Amino acid sequence: MAEQPTALERFVQGILPENPVYRQLIGLCPILAITNSMQAAVTMAVAVTFVLVCANAVISLIRPLLKPHLRIVIFTLTIATFVTIADRVLAAYLYQMSKTLGPYIPLIIVNCLIICRCEVCASKQPVFTAVSDAVGQSIGYGLALASIACVREVLGTGMFFGMRVMPAAWPDWSVMVLPPGGFIVFGLLLGTANWISNRR
Amino acid sequence: MVEQGDNTTRKKNGFRNNYIVQAWLGIVLALVFGIALSTVQAVLGPVIATNKINETKEKVPELLLGRDAGQDTEDRQLQITILPMTVAKSGIQKSYNVFEAKYADGTLAGWVTKVDGQGYADRIELLLGLNPSAEEITGLYILDQKETPGLGNKIVEERWRDQFTLKKTQGSLRVVKGGAKEKDEIDSVSGATISSNSVVDIINKTVADLKQPLAVAARKQKD
Repeated sequence: MAEQPTALERFVQGILPENPVYRQLIGLCPILAITNSMQAAVTMAVAVTFVLVCANAVISLIRPLLKPHLRIVIFTLTIATFVTIADRVLAAYLYQMSKTLGPYIPLIIVNCLIICRCEVCASKQPVFTAVSDAVGQSIGYGLALASIACVREVLGTGMFFGMRVMPAAWPDWSVMVLPPGGFIVFGLLLGTANWISNRR
Repeated sequence: MVEQGDNTTRKKNGFRNNYIVQAWLGIVLALVFGIALSTVQAVLGPVIATNKINETKEKVPELLLGRDAGQDTEDRQLQITILPMTVAKSGIQKSYNVFEAKYADGTLAGWVTKVDGQGYADRIELLLGLNPSAEEITGLYILDQKETPGLGNKIVEERWRDQFTLKKTQGSLRVVKGGAKEKDEIDSVSGATISSNSVVDIINKTVADLKQPLAVAARKQKD
């Protein structure tokens, strides 16, 4: 078996070199759906971080017990539990936000980013490495969410975190907060990221 | 000698290959997670329920007096009391949470009922506003739903919900595709006939159950 990356390598890789959105192109459904405001994007990033860190930690702890042909069931079970906890906590303490995010919080269960980290890292490496991998990937995911949400919210509503930042004369590009805006912004940002990395 | 060895291995393998033995980790985890989740629900359930009741109370003026009036601060002075109501129909007892709204002078403004029913993906929870005599729908609001994003979840949009306003509760409402023409017709959300049907079904059932008792209660208050 090839040498596994260390905890620090895992952490750093998740942020930019192996950014889940711009490099691995996974977990894109919420990227397009909930990035029309910064608040929603940040809440989503926090929920994903919670689920990813907990799932990675639990899977890493029980990794000697995993059977290869039953591992996916265990992953899904673990992820679903933490997603449900996140969903309930949001409904209890951030009720309006939980209504805004709607089904996208329960949908974290099928976010392939999380199952991917369980498979690639947590089921093979010790807890500390698994957690730092989870944190690194979550930061990468959060940055990607924020970068898209920032462009969409500012251009689409002239606001940033709900506060007006654009001059009053700015005609809000409502297409940006609608689904097509998600695709357009993501495509352009992805292209830019590729262009920059190719130039280097 | 060799044969015996084979037998024991097979026996051992037989035990190991048993589905339950193979899945022991899954079963144990399911139990542990189940306990964890029920604890979370026990702690947070009441908080979530309070959130929903607060949201309901906030929505009552809008549901009874229309969106514009609902914005008016004076009309927000409605007195809201929760009346648990039990309806017995063909031997089955059904309980409803009815919010009774009164003006400051004591006259009845109308009723708002919280009901839920099966939607396409999960249960749909909605608020139905009725006028004092329960003859007319005054408003509809979707409290909670998990319908398909982009299709079924359009039931929460004002444009779709507004169709229900001022509908008579005499007969039951029907869902049609491609534009409602008759008075008792509701245009379905395109691509989400099941979600539309679910909402209309919930409303029809609620109206059928509550129309009589609410009208009686309203008459009693007048006397």
